[in-house]
Amino acid sequence: MFRILLLGIVFGITLTMGEIISWFRIQEMFLFDSFHMYGVIGGAMACGIGFNLLARRFDWHSETGKPLDIHLYEIGWKRYLLGGAVFGMGWAITGACPGPLFITLGAGYWPIVLAIFGALCGTLLYGIVQRHLPH
Amino acid sequence: MLNMSPWPWYVAGPVIAAVMVALLLVGRRFGLSSNLRTMCTIAGAGKLSDYFRFDWKAQSWNLMFVLGTIAGGAIARFLMLSPGPVDLNPDTVETLKSMHIEDADSAFAPAVLFGPEAWSNPMAVLALLLGGVLVGFGTRWANGCTSGHAISGLSALQWPSLIAVVGFFIGGLAVSHFVLPILLPAL
Repeated sequence: MFRILLLGIVFGITLTMGEIISWFRIQEMFLFDSFHMYGVIGGAMACGIGFNLLARRFDWHSETGKPLDIHLYEIGWKRYLLGGAVFGMGWAITGACPGPLFITLGAGYWPIVLAIFGALCGTLLYGIVQRHLPH
Repeated sequence: MLNMSPWPWYVAGPVIAAVMVALLLVGRRFGLSSNLRTMCTIAGAGKLSDYFRFDWKAQSWNLMFVLGTIAGGAIARFLMLSPGPVDLNPDTVETLKSMHIEDADSAFAPAVLFGPEAWSNPMAVLALLLGGVLVGFGTRWANGCTSGHAISGLSALQWPSLIAVVGFFIGGLAVSHFVLPILLPAL
């Protein structure tokens, strides 16, 4: 658990030092005015692809001996496209995806608790209406 | 305190990937938005929907990760990062000024939304609440957010994640170009 906490700290520090939690950086990204955010996400993705290829090639396992817990998403498109678009709208307004939502709190921008509360309400709402949504 | 410069993308990106890899190697998985579901479950949402009836204790490690991110945000903001504005493209600064956001060249976050005055501004409160609702509802519907889809999913070359990321940008661009020009001046 201590190691998980430490990884969380590294992640929080990185997203703050990389200005990824800045509302301004997210606006800049959606205005296509800077490469910064694309570099961050694309850079993480490129490193991740490299890791996944090596892990598959050499059959790497987690320290527990189990296969790496890579989430295989169900095939489909509706939930991903529609849910993704709803999230994107919220991302553009608050400037925060779920990670930065909490990191911004740590950075001391207290009004973000409103967005955190909203996100919990949105999650609750999804849980209640999910059966009526296309997936 | 340390007055460090912000990290460029080619530092931040690989460190984020390293965090994802480290989580996989210790038998976990990188994904932040699933914590929202766990938190609802702990708060008793299982009474309202089956969606929240699951063994949340198996996910408690991820709450520890969230706790770490909060601490990391505080450490970086107050001890490491040199205080000062974000080095934005001047075009962004101009665009935001045209929407009455005046501090894009002098602050880390817009005061109208994240400063103390936000609390007494009903429109700002509403925008943060509504934006949050969209984030929670959307990430759970899409079954992942930037960490789960854009980083973990795309790294594993999964089509559903690519569709999700296209969705993120459809929603984000629509709001950025058509909604914010109306919403922000009204704050």
